[in-house]
Amino acid sequence: MPRWMMPPSASPVEPVAGRLHRRAGRLSSVHIGSSPVNARAELPSPAMTRSTPWGLPRPVTTGLRWLLWLAFNAFALYLVVALYVQGQMAFALLGLVVSGIASYLFINRRMYAQRYIFPSVAGMLVFVIFPLLYTVGIGFTNYSGSHLLSQAQVERYHLNQTYLAGERFRFTLHQSPDGERLRIDKGEQGVFVSPPLTGEPDVEAPLSLQPAEAAGELGDALALREVIQRRKALEQWVMQAPDGSLLRLYGLREVAAVEPQYRQDGPGVLVDNRTGARLTADMERGFYVDETGKAVPPGFTVFAGFANFSRVLTEPSIREPFMQIFAWTFAFAGLTVVFTLALGLVLASLLQWELVRGKAFYRLMLILPYAVPAFISILVFRGLFNQNFGEINLLLDSLFGMRPDWFSDPALARTMILIVNTWLGYPYMLLLCMGLLQAIPRDQYEASAIDGASPLDNLLRITLPQLIKPLMPLLIASFAFNFNNFVLITLLTRGGPDIIGATTPAGTTDLLVSYTYRIAFQDSGQDFALAAAIATMIFLLVGAMALLNLKLSKVKV
Amino acid sequence: MAMVQPKSARYRLWATHAALLAFVAVILFPLLMVISISFREGNFATGSLFPENPTLEHWSLALGIPYTHEDGSVTQPPFPVLLWLWNSVKIALVSSVLILLLSTTSAYAFARMRFGGKAPILKGMLIFQMFPPVLSLVAIYALFDQLGQHVSWLGVNSHGAVIVASLGGMALHIWTIKGYFESIDASLEEAAIVDGATTWQAFFHILLPMSVPILAVVFILAFITSVTEYPIASVLLMDVDKLTLSVGAQQYLYPQNYLWGDFAAAAVLSGIPITAVFLYCQKWIVGGLTAGGVKG
Repeated sequence: MPRWMMPPSASPVEPVAGRLHRRAGRLSSVHIGSSPVNARAELPSPAMTRSTPWGLPRPVTTGLRWLLWLAFNAFALYLVVALYVQGQMAFALLGLVVSGIASYLFINRRMYAQRYIFPSVAGMLVFVIFPLLYTVGIGFTNYSGSHLLSQAQVERYHLNQTYLAGERFRFTLHQSPDGERLRIDKGEQGVFVSPPLTGEPDVEAPLSLQPAEAAGELGDALALREVIQRRKALEQWVMQAPDGSLLRLYGLREVAAVEPQYRQDGPGVLVDNRTGARLTADMERGFYVDETGKAVPPGFTVFAGFANFSRVLTEPSIREPFMQIFAWTFAFAGLTVVFTLALGLVLASLLQWELVRGKAFYRLMLILPYAVPAFISILVFRGLFNQNFGEINLLLDSLFGMRPDWFSDPALARTMILIVNTWLGYPYMLLLCMGLLQAIPRDQYEASAIDGASPLDNLLRITLPQLIKPLMPLLIASFAFNFNNFVLITLLTRGGPDIIGATTPAGTTDLLVSYTYRIAFQDSGQDFALAAAIATMIFLLVGAMALLNLKLSKVKV
Repeated sequence: MAMVQPKSARYRLWATHAALLAFVAVILFPLLMVISISFREGNFATGSLFPENPTLEHWSLALGIPYTHEDGSVTQPPFPVLLWLWNSVKIALVSSVLILLLSTTSAYAFARMRFGGKAPILKGMLIFQMFPPVLSLVAIYALFDQLGQHVSWLGVNSHGAVIVASLGGMALHIWTIKGYFESIDASLEEAAIVDGATTWQAFFHILLPMSVPILAVVFILAFITSVTEYPIASVLLMDVDKLTLSVGAQQYLYPQNYLWGDFAAAAVLSGIPITAVFLYCQKWIVGGLTAGGVKG
């Protein structure tokens, strides 16, 4: 991703605003007060009292407004209640807050200005701030691939478990006008038919079977092939015979009588109907455990306090790779800033020289890496650096007779990443420096030429000292961006080569962000809580950088 | 031109040209190479910058046309590149329009109206914009998973989700537009309001027509940001038919299925329009970006 679109760039925009502020100050004599529009915002203007924007009579538009408002509130309320019923407290709360504010702004005339900013603030709230808080929250739980459900869901899961208790009966599946129906032959007890299998299967509400005589015409039985196609869905249904016994699919031709495996015995306690063994909910481990302490999956999500954080800091198989990745992340971001700045500054100084002709050509060529979408150029480099048939190794082979293995050797992989990122990042610095250099008075260089200064002297004693102050916030933003440069690592090396001895997926070129991503989303990982804990630590670092940046760039609002 | 020139200036000028040209050659090497590779035969061919036996095999596959070899065997296109490109463009268009609409109205309020909490909201936006969405992907996934159970076109594996998720990144654009609005004198709008226009009319009929250039810049920025967005799309989209280009492109380079030549053609094909848009617009984009640097 080119740098001008990097999220953390307080600064590229800020100075524009800052500069314009000064201009606005100069113009202020023209203004009647600093905010002329607002002075009238709350009062209905003469035009509004006469007609409405659509030319409709006022009562009609007012009525429409209220109707719209009611419809919106009804929908929002439905969503919030639905989420609440499903036990999704965080999402219900989010919906309540956002729709509540929207509803309030809509009816309150004094909130005119806020109506304009609401959509963007709400977008920020829902897609940036809420996920951030939610992630921090996950960091304090044990949420992971083996602890996905809530305790209530796990309890229900266990209570719905059944075991094969009795006889098996043959069944056939029939297509009736209302839907598919099962016909079960219970031998001497008679033949029974299920109601149409429509809607979602619900284990808690078994379908009652009725005698075949009462069921009416069924049509031909479906072929086995079609039963196989529907097997997954069919297995979800539980049927209840008139005598109260429960039946469930058993294989492709038979249903069997089943009994619930557990019964509830007080809160958080389940008793096995066959063995009488007691399972109790262990609220620290997030599992139902039997008397011997053995966990019965699936696990449920529980509050874990600082356990994930202390795991990162104390467990050697996590701490070692974490520290290594932490150090590399800082080194990577710092070196990237230094390299891109150095290259950009030198090139900008060269292009600044009046005698150099063809500046437009050089400029166009030099910003090309910036114009090509990063996801394409990174993948191009991935191919070019390939050990066996990458063009870079072919070139090195023919020139120096060597074929470095860029993707397996940690030091080489890191070198490659820095090379690629410098290629991607220097045009941004070049553009910034070219803009800033124009602000340095030319006569300073003339004076230094009279004194016989070398170009290096010019660079170090005139150019750099004057550039560094306005550049500082931009450099911090660039550092923060590269600190979190997920796309580069993911598309180039995927973090590899792996760190040996790590229990989490960790590679020598992983940055903290890509490490977090891999812990959460890679097949072997799915440890969302650990990932969230590390993400929380990164949030603190990024927050510090953001505040520093805001302070240095002296944002005026 | 400077009045005083050291004597060695001429030699240094030649050295400068030589250095710049050499540097440009190094910088362009990967880009030229990938164009060359897209015309080479097979997926493992090596050779010089100008292929000895140029072939359109990879280009045909990238354009979705099955390629018939000389021996009569037919290769099917491995991935729907044009569909991916279309998905990317579709998502980017819709999300940039939405971003432009919402950030323009917000920027108007921030630039022209006075209300409580304005400064903290603006600063807070800048700070929160620095947090990378990659870190909250678990939460973002869960959010859309929930939404999808009630509103199907916003669920996981839908383009709607990716579009809506992009609305979180408006802070930067709001700041850009706000800065521009503040540079425009408010007296015209004032006059309109005195003459009986509503605030909205003053904004829509007077301020907006004067701000077309900055709106174009923001639109293009939002468009390119959306096309190159990777992390969120990679988590929210799953089906091959639904992928965007940035997520799909890497499928060419899996070690088990290494389609280097096909990738090169697809990369050049899809990279050219985006690069062209950027180069065409870079004057404005870069102008807005560097102008700011000049303050002390």
